[in-house]
Order: sequence, then structure tokens, then C-alpha cells
Amino acid sequence: MPIDFELTQNARVAQAHFRDMALVHMRPVSREFDDREHELPAPWVDWYWKHGRGGAPGTDLSQPGDGMVQVCVQAEELCWGDAGLYLRMPTAALGGSAVAAAGTPAQKERFLAGFRGDGPPVWGAMAITEPQAGSDSAAIQTTAVRDGDDYVLDGTKIFCTSGEGASQHDGGFVVVWATVDKSAGRGGIKAFVVPAKTPGMRLVGTEKKLGIRASDTATLVFEKCRVPAANLLGSATVKKDGAKQTGDKGFKGAMATFDASRPIVAAMAVGVGRASLDFLREELTRQGVRIRYDAPAAALGAVERDVIDMEAELQAARLLTWRAAWMMGRGRPNNLEASMAKARAGLVVTRITQKAVELLGPAGYSKKLLVEKWMRDAKINDIYEGTQQINQLIVARRILDYSSSVLR
Amino acid sequence: MRRVCADRSAAQDPVIDFDPSEEQQLIVDTVRQFARNEVRPRARECDEAAKLPAELLHEAHALGLVANGIDERFGGGGARSAVTGALVAEELAWGDLSIAAAILSPSLESVPVSDLASDAQKQRWLPGLVGERFRPGALALVESHYGADPLVPRTRARRDGAGYVLDGEKCLVPWLEGGESVLVSATGDTGPQLFRVSRQAMGLRAAPARYMGIQALPTVELTLASVRVAGDDALPAARDGVASVVQRGRVAQGAMAIGVARAAYEVARDYAKERQAFGAPIATKQAIAFKLADMAIEIDAARLLLWEAAWHLDSGRDAARAVFLAYRQAQRVALEVSDAAVQVLGGHGYTREYLPELCLRNARGFACFEGLSLV
Repeated sequence: MPIDFELTQNARVAQAHFRDMALVHMRPVSREFDDREHELPAPWVDWYWKHGRGGAPGTDLSQPGDGMVQVCVQAEELCWGDAGLYLRMPTAALGGSAVAAAGTPAQKERFLAGFRGDGPPVWGAMAITEPQAGSDSAAIQTTAVRDGDDYVLDGTKIFCTSGEGASQHDGGFVVVWATVDKSAGRGGIKAFVVPAKTPGMRLVGTEKKLGIRASDTATLVFEKCRVPAANLLGSATVKKDGAKQTGDKGFKGAMATFDASRPIVAAMAVGVGRASLDFLREELTRQGVRIRYDAPAAALGAVERDVIDMEAELQAARLLTWRAAWMMGRGRPNNLEASMAKARAGLVVTRITQKAVELLGPAGYSKKLLVEKWMRDAKINDIYEGTQQINQLIVARRILDYSSSVLR
Repeated sequence: MRRVCADRSAAQDPVIDFDPSEEQQLIVDTVRQFARNEVRPRARECDEAAKLPAELLHEAHALGLVANGIDERFGGGGARSAVTGALVAEELAWGDLSIAAAILSPSLESVPVSDLASDAQKQRWLPGLVGERFRPGALALVESHYGADPLVPRTRARRDGAGYVLDGEKCLVPWLEGGESVLVSATGDTGPQLFRVSRQAMGLRAAPARYMGIQALPTVELTLASVRVAGDDALPAARDGVASVVQRGRVAQGAMAIGVARAAYEVARDYAKERQAFGAPIATKQAIAFKLADMAIEIDAARLLLWEAAWHLDSGRDAARAVFLAYRQAQRVALEVSDAAVQVLGGHGYTREYLPELCLRNARGFACFEGLSLV
């Protein structure tokens, strides 16, 4: 096949389906649940649980190659609707990715079945970040101590997306990253599935944030939190730093999850950026401002120039994203491309949404419109799932062929 | 050298794909090797001497890079593809922009003629471009006045009996040795139109010009004072004909801009891994490493946009917007990446010992190049 930018029929069906969902079920409650931070956006959550889970009718995500691109298309459309509500959807989310990537068939069945059931909504979450360990995730302090048939977890996790939902609602679970041996460094870091309401796991609060306020971002404390050894994801064997990692799903497993999730986060970013840019263009059209794509550079007005550059940067970020997803779908290593997409998308949507507020003036700055909200929502994309700087670092290591000890 | 054959895959169900086809990859590999072994080693001396390596143009001609896109009825390969053209242009420009423009200069004639000319005109002009000998082409789109618009040339074409009379001024017209004619854009009764003007035409004056970059590529400023063109040397005035030529130019130049950026980036990357400061290669410092990471991301992003624009052209849909966006990005990226490369090399980057300063001078030119080559 030659170079081709046409989405499959499947992906186009999904695109239309999720755009409609965003328009009908997300946008109308977008402002409300930005204002009512921390409250469960019940109309959206309930509707999604009852009617939205099935995906786009007649499409199949298991198709080889294009499936990951389609996941990105879905993330873009729904975040075009509302990024906060997207993150609050009752899904297994990143916790689910970890179980799917590193879990045994029995673990998958145990932890993921509830997400297909007819009971009340269920959430999954992933807890890595700690007060003293963000980008440097190898520095986590939460411990897991083997005690008989159990592990006992102690520590504090912050910035846990959907941590409230996953820890407080039956059927949910939090994948907690903890060290079983601090002297082993990265090799000692393992992932444990902690089911909702496990004694010793306590929700101590949710963050008040700049944006994505509909998304609950929890602080979870683990005090003598006991989980069966069967809840460990991957191998229990500790490989000391420097030893060859052989099929170990510990720290490397966590990092591999990012290669899959970064294109999706990049797609989410593109969705927020597009929301802003679409609105800006419609408003400019209403105001009689025409964007000329055939005028000489010297004749372009400042606004035209801005909009043209915003469009180009957004589309370039989308193509980087699709490329990373497409490689993933073909089973190719995409660590470099995933970080390129994430770094680029996080940056350009931050710029685009800020520029849209600027160009629309007081109206853009006003809470009457959603443009100011999109600017607040967009910024997180340059921070979570690896900050801009962490992704630059990953790209730099790849292109220079440097290890993490050479380029720190 | 054997002529490489372009992609001719049958229509299939659409699916997103970021890989060149096998045939496209074969072309890329061939051209990349040629650029590395033949073009790049001559880049500096050609720039310094302001002279093209004539023998190299003939060697490149034998690869059939332009001829491949010409209709089989006129002796070409019949495999026209803007995407393939973009792939080729990037590789050649990575070697050297002046030499790349020279090698691809026959496209300045073959593309507009293939797209706009009558069958009789094609029969007269195209076979000359697929012969044994390299024959350069020339296209005069650029005018030097402030705010010049290639879609609204100030050069006028006035009807005069069965023919036309052209008046005006053009610049940045490639003017290689051995060329016979030049396609000139001029505003006629129905809008912009192309006219094939003989280099020997009465009233045509070509004055060699020199620029900050593309020094090895001979260019001229053209003055047309009542130049007579026969009726059958006027390309039919198709709606959006000149616009489409401009778009094909922008895709070609965008691809070349990316080639220039990649050349500068690779030199900076390799230099940063060698150059020691404070006891370690400077590439191990985040200030340098992050700059290189940004350069790499910008290049990939611009290339994907450019490929998409080329793909729009190939699929026959309205490509104006995609082409415009992609060309602007590629232009910006070429300049910024070349500048960053000079910066990474520090004082050495400012010297003519190293490539980035040449890339920087060449990159700035994309702001005014139109029709340096076509896909």
C-alpha cells in the first residue's frame, strides 16, 4: 500500500457516531459540570453506561492496523465534546490498559467483567504519581510487603484520574504501583490491583484544578492495605537494576502502557484544540472574516495568518498522532513516535486554545462561551501522561541513541 | 543507471497508511543513495563557485525522475504522483537545493504542459524531455514587486491577431545551460495563462541574478518588452490552470524545504554527539538535546502535512487549503531548523566549513520561491 491518508469506512462511521454523541450528550452539560466541580455528572455517566458503551454500530475495533487509529478518532471526537466528561466516563481507563497488557486471563476476567455487566457504572484507575514522585516515576515510595498470601500496601498516591470512582464504587479497581524492594530501583516496582472499598485504601480528597473539572482527580492513601498476591500484575520476581529485563512487566510494563496511551492522549488534546478552532472559525465567518488560502503572504491579515497557522499545527499534530497509533496497530515499536505526537499535540493545543481566547476578546474570555473552558482544559494535555519535557527527553534519547543514564 | 519505475497500484479500499509503497521506497532508496554519494559531496563547491555540475545533471536525468511522470504516449513512464514527486524532491534537496532544483527543472515544463496543454502541444514539447539528453525547463512565475501574487501576474498578455504580445518583468527564473524556452505566466483576457516563449524571442532580455542562497542555480531576471508569442505557443487558458501549477510548485518546494531542514538537523545531531564541552558531548546536555528533539518533531510533523497535501493532489480533490498550510509549515520549519542547527554548532555553525549556514541561506528563500520545481 502506498502512503494514504484516507480513514477506513469503519473509522469514518465511528467519527460521525462519536461526534453526534459529543454534540447531543456532552456539550449541553459541559458548562454545568465544569461549574459543579467534583460532582458526578450523572446525566452523562448514566446515559453513557446505558447507551454509549457499545461503541459505534457496525464498527469493529479489533480490526488489524486501523483499530488504534479508530480509538484515536473516538478520543478526539469525545474530547471535542468535553475532555472532562470524557475522563469521567465509566470505563476501566488506564487501569484497564494495565490489566489488559500485563494480566493473566483469570485476572482479566475477574477485574474487567464488571465493565461489561448490567450493574451500576464502574470505573478503573491507575495510581502512579506520588507527592514526591511525578515525572521521576522510578522514585515512588509506596511499598508492598509480602505477608503470607497477601501483599500489604502503604503509601500516598495523588493525581489519580477517576480515583474517586474507582475506589468508592463497587466493581471498580485501582492499579497501584508500589515497590517490593527499594534497593532494586525500577526492578522492584510492581503493579497491584486494589478493588474498590478494599480496607486500608482511603480517599482523602480530590484536586481543585484549572480545567477538566468534571474529571475526578483523587488523592488516595494506603494504610496497611491488604490485597491477595493473586492481584499482582506480572511477575513477582525482582530484577536488580542493571540486570537484563526478561519479560518483566514491572516498571517497563508501566512505561509500555504509555506507548499505547500517549497517542490516545494526543488525540484527546487534538479534540480540545479542534473544539476551540472550529468555534473560532464559525465565529469569524459570522463576523464576515474570510480566511484566504490562496493569498500572497504579504496580503494576509494577522487574524488570517493566525488561523492558518493554528489549522496547520493542529492537523500536523493529528497526523503525528495517527502515525503513532497506526504503528502501534501494526505491532511496530512506537516509543519515539508516541512521544513525538504527545509532545507536539500538548504544545499546539495549549497555544491554539490560548490564541482563540485572545482573538475572540472579551467574548472568548467570558464564561458565556466555552472557549475559556477549552483553554483551561487544553493545558493538562501538556502535563499528564508525561509532561512536554519528559516527552522531549524520550524523543531526544531515541534520536541520539542515548540511554537514560547518559541523557538524564 | 537504470530507470526506476513509479507506483502504479490499482485502486483499493481506503486505509490510512504512512508507508511508501514498495515502488516508492525503491525510488526513495535510489535517490537517497544518489543524493548522498553524488549530490552532497558537491554541494559546497558548487555554492562557492556558483556553478552546477553539468555531468551530474545528465547522470540524474538517466534515473528518469521527471520522465517517469510524463504520459506514456509521449515516451514517459506514465506514473504521475505528487506523493512520489515529494519523496524525490526531499531526498534531492537533502543533498543540495540548487542541484535538486536543477535536476528537477524539466518538471517546470513537463508538469504544466501535461496538465494544461493541447495534445498537439504535448506532442511537440514532451518528447524532448524524455530523450537521451538532459534538457532543462524554465518557468517564470515570480514577480519582484511588493505583495506579488502568482495568481494575478502583472505581466500582461495582449491578443494580437492569432498570437499574443507579452509585457512585464519576472525574476527567480531558473536559466540552465541548454534550455530552449521558458513558460511565462501572464494575465490575459480570461485571467492568468502560461505562454511558451523561446529564449531567442525578440524583446526578451535575461539578466543573470544572484541571491543569498541557491547560488549554484543559475537564475535570471526576465524583461519582456512586446514579446510576440504564436497562438499555438499559448497553453489553453484553463480555469484554475495557473493555480494548480502554483500548488504543484508549493508541494515540490515544501518537500525541498523539508529536505533542507533534515540536512541541517542531521549535521547538528551528529556534531552534538561528537563535540565535547565540560567533559561530555554537548548532546548529553538537555539544552542541546531538547532543541534537537524539537527539530526532529517539527520535521516529521511538516512532512506528514506535506504528504497529505500531495495525496490530496493525487486523489484529484481540491487541495488548495492543504497545500497552502503544508507549504507555510514546511517553509517555517526549514528556516527554524536550519537556524537551530547553526546555533547547535555555535561559531562553527557560522562558518562555511559546515553545512548549516548554507541550509539557512537556502531555507530563507522558500519565502519567495514559486515554481522552483513541480510535482
